[in-house]
Amino acid sequence: MTVYAKGVVFEGVDFDNPNHWRLEEYVKRGGYAALKKILNEKITQDEIIAEMKTSALRGRGGAGFPTGLKWSFMPRNFPGQKYLVCNTDEGEPGTFKDLDIIVSNPHALIEGMIIGGYAMGITVGYNYIHGEVFEAYERFEEALEEARAAGFLGDNILGTDFCFQLHAHHGYGAYICGEETALLESLEGKKGQPRFKPPFPASYGLYGKPTTINNTETFASVPYIIREGGQKFLELGKPNNGGTKLFSVSGHVNRPGNYEIPLGTPFSELLEMCGGMRGGKKLKAVIPGGSSAPVLPADIMMQCTMDYDSIAKAGSMLGSGAVIVMDETVCMVSALERLSYFYHEESCGQCTPCREGTGWLYRIVHRIAHGEGRPEDLDLLASIGDNIAGRTICALGDAAVFPVRGMLKHFRSEFEYMIEHKTRQFAALS
Amino acid sequence: MLSQESLALIDRELAKYPADQRRSAIMGALRIAQTEKRYLTNELIEFVASYVRIPPVAAYEVATFYNMYDRKPVGKYKLTVCTNLPCALSGGYTTADYLKQKLGIGFGETTADGRFTLAEGECMGACGYAPVMLVNNHSMCNHMTPDAIDKKLAELE
Amino acid sequence: MLEIEIDGKKLTVPSGSTVMDAANSIGVHIPHFCYHKKLSIAANCRMCLVQVEKAPKPLPACATPVTDGMKVFTHSDQAVTAQKGVMEFLLINHPLDCPICDQGGECQLQDLAVGYGQSGSRYQEEKRVVANKDLGPLISTDMTRCIHCSRCVRFTEEIAGYQELGMANRGEFTEVLPFIGKTVNSEISGNVIDLCPVGALTSKPFRYSARTWELSRRKSVSPHDGLGSNLVVQVKNHKVMRVLPLENEAINECWLADRDRFSYEALNSEERITKPMIKQGGVWQEADWQTALEFVANGLKGVIAEHGRESVAAVATPHSTVEELFLLRKLMSGLGVNAVETRLRAADFALKTAGATWLGQSIAELAASDAVVVIGSTLRKEQPLLAQRLRQSVKKGLKLAAINPHGDDLLTAKAAELVVRPDQLVEGVLQVLKAVAEAKGIALPANVDFGSIDIPAEARAVAAVLDGKEKTAILLGNIAQQHPRYGEIYAAATAIAEATGAKLGVLGEAANTVGAQLVGAETGGDVFAKPRQAYFMLNAEAEFDVQNGAQALAAVKQAKLVVALSSFSSCALEHADVILPVSPFSETSGTFVNMEGRAQSFNGVVRPLGETRPAWKVLRVLGNLLGFAGFDYASSEEIRDEALAGDIAPRLSNALAAPVAVKAQSASGLVRLGEVSIYQADIYSRRAPSLQKTADAANATLLKANAATLAKLGLAAGELARVEQAGGTAELQVALDAGLLDDVIRVSANHPLTRALAAHVGAIAVAKA
Ligand SMILES: Cc1cc2nc3c(=O)[nH]c(=O)nc-3n(C[C@H](O)[C@H](O)[C@H](O)COP(=O)(O)O)c2cc1C
Ligand code: SF4
Ligand code: FES
Ligand code: FES
Repeated sequence: MTVYAKGVVFEGVDFDNPNHWRLEEYVKRGGYAALKKILNEKITQDEIIAEMKTSALRGRGGAGFPTGLKWSFMPRNFPGQKYLVCNTDEGEPGTFKDLDIIVSNPHALIEGMIIGGYAMGITVGYNYIHGEVFEAYERFEEALEEARAAGFLGDNILGTDFCFQLHAHHGYGAYICGEETALLESLEGKKGQPRFKPPFPASYGLYGKPTTINNTETFASVPYIIREGGQKFLELGKPNNGGTKLFSVSGHVNRPGNYEIPLGTPFSELLEMCGGMRGGKKLKAVIPGGSSAPVLPADIMMQCTMDYDSIAKAGSMLGSGAVIVMDETVCMVSALERLSYFYHEESCGQCTPCREGTGWLYRIVHRIAHGEGRPEDLDLLASIGDNIAGRTICALGDAAVFPVRGMLKHFRSEFEYMIEHKTRQFAALS
Repeated sequence: MLSQESLALIDRELAKYPADQRRSAIMGALRIAQTEKRYLTNELIEFVASYVRIPPVAAYEVATFYNMYDRKPVGKYKLTVCTNLPCALSGGYTTADYLKQKLGIGFGETTADGRFTLAEGECMGACGYAPVMLVNNHSMCNHMTPDAIDKKLAELE
Repeated sequence: MLEIEIDGKKLTVPSGSTVMDAANSIGVHIPHFCYHKKLSIAANCRMCLVQVEKAPKPLPACATPVTDGMKVFTHSDQAVTAQKGVMEFLLINHPLDCPICDQGGECQLQDLAVGYGQSGSRYQEEKRVVANKDLGPLISTDMTRCIHCSRCVRFTEEIAGYQELGMANRGEFTEVLPFIGKTVNSEISGNVIDLCPVGALTSKPFRYSARTWELSRRKSVSPHDGLGSNLVVQVKNHKVMRVLPLENEAINECWLADRDRFSYEALNSEERITKPMIKQGGVWQEADWQTALEFVANGLKGVIAEHGRESVAAVATPHSTVEELFLLRKLMSGLGVNAVETRLRAADFALKTAGATWLGQSIAELAASDAVVVIGSTLRKEQPLLAQRLRQSVKKGLKLAAINPHGDDLLTAKAAELVVRPDQLVEGVLQVLKAVAEAKGIALPANVDFGSIDIPAEARAVAAVLDGKEKTAILLGNIAQQHPRYGEIYAAATAIAEATGAKLGVLGEAANTVGAQLVGAETGGDVFAKPRQAYFMLNAEAEFDVQNGAQALAAVKQAKLVVALSSFSSCALEHADVILPVSPFSETSGTFVNMEGRAQSFNGVVRPLGETRPAWKVLRVLGNLLGFAGFDYASSEEIRDEALAGDIAPRLSNALAAPVAVKAQSASGLVRLGEVSIYQADIYSRRAPSLQKTADAANATLLKANAATLAKLGLAAGELARVEQAGGTAELQVALDAGLLDDVIRVSANHPLTRALAAHVGAIAVAKA
């Protein structure tokens, strides 16, 4: 396992114990205590949601929406079925935290979802798991069996009349299913094509029914908040940025891995925790929030603290907390080419600007990267980007444009150099 | 067209969803069919569609949208290497090139003996373990340096 | 109501409206491709982006709900920039082949591209090429032109009821296709041609035959089913080139069935007969009109003089116009002939109602019902667009049930279904009647002998569908109307309607089934059972338009005089003595009264071909020749005004005029279920080559039975079987139909392969061929 620091989500997990993920171990480290507390003390739905609001927990899936507020949107007295959905379709390049959660602490997620179901009066939930991590999907199914057998999950939980069914559903190779409405379509057995919002899932979600969707890490933080109190969680981080957060650090560091640290920790500290730059090379740039976030050059990054507000101020996004670290040897043209290929490849294809525009962006960057760039290409890239961003059904359109904008903003000279000299300043990715 | 075991697995998937939402099980059902038959022929897609009770073209849409479904014959072992940026920074392309050279095939190709198919993958959500490689869609191999590849291929021979 | 401002204009719209709805309501055009008022909102083309005050980015008008006080700008800089950007994306991969594209001149992309004045010139990369698809005989594809609006896909799923088209792959590689190796087989498939905003899906029969701007557009009414769909007929050089829907929300909405759309091919067929002909000494000879008309007048007089008035019968299809049928009736009256009949496909003529049988309400009212029970109907094939309409109603909560001799899929949810043997349709209805009576605790009707009928669960379920709802209806389809015990079915259905408060409706088989009754063209009964000396046949073809085609053919063959007023030669040449070439619907003015009692008049859209004359004119001149008074009409309108004088409504009634004795019977042994297939039903569709290549046409050549029956008969799907009925035989390929009961043999009726067979419902023998 590559979890190096431990906060809320991995609290007490002994990674050396091969059974660390099992229910027995989870209970030993205080697992399911929050659920028991709710059921024994008959804590009300409103109290739970208030606690969530106090915690200032912001959704860990990328958009950072306050979770307590989202839960309060769920219609209370809806006559039909409502659904709770967990988003473990982690596919944003650079992000691998949810994988470690369902592999190493699946019961935290299960307990968090059960509590969510209780708080919003929902009796059925699904966890949508990225197809590529199929072994993790199988482990999660096993964890569900454990929870059912122990009476934490299913009908009449712990002898009360509260019932909650939870099932696992897997993706099969489509990044777009991480977008919550694409995920719902996929869960319905269709292509993962995002829906136009409004209506939002809280009124028209899975099977057209009110639905709440949260990220794996978001749910996995819930037991702690209920057990220890929202205030304590909040104080782990900083105001408006409550709690600790998992950062998936990849790229040119000595120890890539997941780091659960308080929001607001300086980036420089995180870099240190990762053992510094691999091979002692110099830091060139960081993509601080998953591949969709605009790249930030080293000097700006070194001034940032790792929280939503600081990174936003620097002109990027904390996103899913994926920190892609690049050293001085990286060719930015090459890096952008690979990312643009990804968005072109992963566009669901339904809306015109993204379907047609992502391919156009990629082809131009590809040409530049192959020494066939034209002087007008950089303005064209910017203009195409302007015609995509904000004009699409879902944020994948934006996600395809942000890396282009970031690169052109901070590393334009590398692109100009290549267009002019037909050869790159730095070696291509290999 | 499918074994009793596979059909039982599909039934288990169907049981996860409301009775009037059988369609939800199509992804699982196609995965189970593919696992048994290695890849999805049109006949197999049509069979699975009728088992799940959805129009065949609806199943076809799913089978062509998600890129872990194989609709062309693949080797006994399909090796998918992630080359997305985070992996590439930690040797994703080196791994891919090593495999290409070692197996004598490019991405999207199958060795003449039908043992290996090589595929380029997108982020598998395991970038911290880069370079990563998937064997037959379901088995993740971490830190696939050339040495690790040699070892793995030996296991698969 | 919400207040909104669009481009400075203030208006109020109901809450739930989208910006597109609001703009449409004041005639502000917002460019769009994927939006269609009858389809779900996809919001995928992004062409309709508009500026909304306070919104940080442009929003799609088609999907954005109006909020109170919203200010929308459809032509602001922000809006136009966004629209132009989308336009550029749509064009980068679109071929520049407008000059050879069938959509040229009516292409929404072309129209808008001209308006935005920018081509894909900034795009210097390679353009995409997409392989064409085989969608069957009706729809031609040019998939490189597709702009992925998904209208066609949504149509098959949402309107036609079964997803036959999909969007495979993803991203830039997304392409529209049917499942590999399948075609689009819906009976209303042609609508995707209209829906496609570009030239990706075009009409196969029309392909490359004309440029759209060469065509003039004329209104007409579809001569096929009882709906009376409104048409735009496009003509060039006095030839019908294409048929499109004329939008009429009350009738066909914006749709057409394929039969309405593609039957026009028959109008230009080789089989058109364009000169009067007389058979003399067994040899056909062309004649001038005067000679032919005199031949007819004298012939009729001669037969009557020799054999009496009873020896003559006039038959016409209910696809004939009000004017034609009225004059036919009047001409026969002048001759003293009483036998005029349009119920050619009926087997039971005893039923007497207080007025013309009809839908019992308007189509729109029917669609707003809470529950509908269909009795004896292959609804999708008999009335394709009505089936479509009910499908939409089911989505809004209508409960649909059926009592049928088959289990055909309505491509929508059936709330209940009772499947019976075809010869037990009466008993099926009685089971439901008994269930209704039991549930309501009311006495069983006195004129019904229930025998030993008990109530299966399915019958209770059908009864339950009608229970406790406000607006309910019971509909009798073709199988019921053509049933040998139609009167009993009708009476039993009436009893259910009375007990439940449901409206009883009759689904008029043909375009003018109701009109035929209004002019009294239903006085002959089975005029072929006892052969006559002379038959006067208007648009009718004995073996195809009469239920017992074999019997009709025999009667016609032995007659001394057969006068055929026909547009087509084949059948007439075989059996008639004189042929008067009359205009098909496209070459005459006339009126059809549809199933809801709505009279729709139309004009000819092209001039009569060759020496063809409108039938009403032919009948008028015959009246003149015979010296009858009251045949001096100057126009078809005059005839119509006389034929339909006064209000139609009071003359419509489904009430029984005389009680019918109903008696439950038992049945056993092999029984035929004979239906007239969708593309054999009328003189046009049976001659439209493209329709004859469809899956529905192929389907009509099969013999179907359930697995147990096939096993019992030692038959397997794909084998050839020989059937025999009343001495007539046919050889057909065998297919499985799991929706049939044991011993039911489904063999289409009035089909070239089965014309030697007799009654639609009756004993039949089957053996391996
Ligand atoms: C293109 C795209 C990809 C996304 N991928 C993920 C993902 O892999 N995991 C995730 O939790 N959220 C993802 N999201 C965000 C989700 O749409 C959604 O905001 C999130 O699941 C809500 O959970 P949260 O409030 O707990 O963060 C993605 C969004 C977009 C637009
Ligand atoms: S932005 Fe791209 S991924 Fe998102 S809905 Fe549109 S085409 Fe699909
Ligand atoms: S980039 Fe390779 S697993 Fe994420
Ligand atoms: S018409 Fe609104 S997005 Fe297509």
